[in-house]
Amino acid sequence: MIEKMTISDTATKVEKSLKKRRRAQWRHRQYGILAISLGMFALLALLVSVLGRGLPAFQQAVLNLEIKTDAASLGVESLEDKKLFNTANFQLPIRLALRGLFPQARSRFERRSLNKLVSTGAGFKLREILKSNPSLLGKTFRVEVPASDDVSAYIKGTVKSNSDGKAGKLNRQQVKWTDTLLEEGSLKLVFNSSFFRTADSREPELAGILGAIVGSALSLLVCLVISFPIGVLAAIHLEEFARPSKITDFIEVNINNLAAVPSIVFGLLGLAVFLNWFGMPRSAPLVGGLVLSLMTLPTIIIAARAALKSVPVSIRDAALAVGASPLQACFHHVVPLAMPGMLTGSILGMARALGETAPLLMIGMVAFIADVPSGITDPATALPVQVYLWADSPERAFAEKTAAAILVLLVFLLIMNLTAIILRKKFEVRY
Amino acid sequence: MNINEKNLVSGVRISKPNREEQRAVKVSAQAVNVHYGDKQALTNVSLNIYKGMVTSLIGPSGCGKSTFLRCLNRMNDVIDGCRVSGEILLDGEDIYDRHMDVVSLRARVGMVFQKPNPFPKSIYDNVAYGPRIHHLTSSKEELDEVVRTSLQRAGLLDEVRDRMEAPGTALSGGQQQRLCIARAIAVDPEIVLMDEPCSALDPIATARIEELIDELSENYTIIIVTHSMQQAARVSDVTAFFHLGEIVEVGDTEEIFRAPSDERTKAYITGRIG
Repeated sequence: MIEKMTISDTATKVEKSLKKRRRAQWRHRQYGILAISLGMFALLALLVSVLGRGLPAFQQAVLNLEIKTDAASLGVESLEDKKLFNTANFQLPIRLALRGLFPQARSRFERRSLNKLVSTGAGFKLREILKSNPSLLGKTFRVEVPASDDVSAYIKGTVKSNSDGKAGKLNRQQVKWTDTLLEEGSLKLVFNSSFFRTADSREPELAGILGAIVGSALSLLVCLVISFPIGVLAAIHLEEFARPSKITDFIEVNINNLAAVPSIVFGLLGLAVFLNWFGMPRSAPLVGGLVLSLMTLPTIIIAARAALKSVPVSIRDAALAVGASPLQACFHHVVPLAMPGMLTGSILGMARALGETAPLLMIGMVAFIADVPSGITDPATALPVQVYLWADSPERAFAEKTAAAILVLLVFLLIMNLTAIILRKKFEVRY
Repeated sequence: MNINEKNLVSGVRISKPNREEQRAVKVSAQAVNVHYGDKQALTNVSLNIYKGMVTSLIGPSGCGKSTFLRCLNRMNDVIDGCRVSGEILLDGEDIYDRHMDVVSLRARVGMVFQKPNPFPKSIYDNVAYGPRIHHLTSSKEELDEVVRTSLQRAGLLDEVRDRMEAPGTALSGGQQQRLCIARAIAVDPEIVLMDEPCSALDPIATARIEELIDELSENYTIIIVTHSMQQAARVSDVTAFFHLGEIVEVGDTEEIFRAPSDERTKAYITGRIG
């Protein structure tokens, strides 16, 4: 009897407290959903803003002009000249072609305005075409040359014409010419493939991302080659072989601290050690990679140790019990099982290194480099540094280049993280 | 199985009488002390293990029986802060001698663990691992043969004959444990240590392993740690009762279960302590 009463008593009490517990659970669920929504919203806002600004940079205005390449148009005595490609003015035939389209532009001011519709890099393009195909010399042919950044911006609608007919840096006359060319169809927007084929330039319409991509790739390669083996071996030693002692404790504390050191400090270290002491080349991906590997090492060591720690002791015991030496137990069983974790950790460390700017500034990778680097000792810049450089440039068209560079950087980060996931899955399936 | 009504636990195995006269000491432990840091896990343990017999170590949790077992193939070496003193002789050789190589010791003294721990590799590779690292075989055919005999002896061959390349981890718990036994005997050890080999298994798988222990005792010296007194009674010839890091009583299993001389042993066997 007494027992029964106690039970029902408990039941009512539980019922009472249950309401409260359910409410608390519901409330915490809502907090969680709210937090995730806020995070997603922030991410979405970032992506929309970057995409909105950056996408126009993947398009470029080009002028389709009929160009005469006789000696007079190129401003040389004869086309037979061996030094033709060094002495000729390749911008001139383009200007003449434009003048041919608008013969009414006679005054110095008008002609100069007209010249400004076309990019200063147009001549280079013509030179490249003629150089690779000398049979075209002296002939008249149609060619697409890049328009200036102001014309591009006007066509894309990034700048709008105001009440007195001006649009950004374009004067009223230039806007009119641009409109005419658009109607004729000789001026149009095309995919900006040169953005992915060239390095940095002072002219926004000529500036490309390839130099920075290659610079980043070379730096990361150096970083990977150095930090992955060292990091993994250090982790294996600390986790599997080193007897715990004051020294290993000291090392462990220092590794954890190093992971938290601001990256610019590593840059300064690289400047002092690699450049000043070892005399390595400035602005080179070699030094960039070394500095980044200093920065990535603690991350890789910590990730690799965690991966090794997560391998069950029973596997180690099993190997040792059949008479495997500690080295065999480690490399036959523990390391293969820890490999997915180590790889993921390393790739995430690399992704962090890819986005790192500060240490590269210190070792001179912030220099203006107009060539695509062809080796790890060539001067180069890196993607995040390119973003920094372009964000700092006064020309309006660099704003969209900046966003475009950020997009490229994000795509690379995405690819790296995807690789990490795929590698992980693949290695896990093996077992 | 003979059931003796006088026994405190039913189904005690009767030691094979012909063995009684010709007992040969395989392992002799003298005054073994083990410390984990400041904590003493074993105090003055002395025990003889006889060749070709099944010795079971019983006792309540934390009494040091697993610690003692792990001393016999020096698996305690990998535990930080573990110190072993005293003398353990395997065929007259001190296994804690400086000149004793742990790798060759473990090839002679195999071990099966509490939780089945097959390598996350194929069944074949699991069994072949030991012979491979010790270079016991000279050809692929020979290795195949060793793998097959080991699986046969572990009573697993018929179940896995057609799927040797399947991962060992995909087997059932009982099969995994038999795979681990096959892996241990593939290097043809002299002694097989078993650390509660059935504690993670269901009764049917347990019965299968116990049968197997009986069969293996023909060829190997077996030392088994167990929590189940019925199991100790069923499978072992000699039983040692551990309590609080000391050996309270050692004797023929029949003796221990029928007439324990120590009160604590009696209390444990009848379920009053432990």
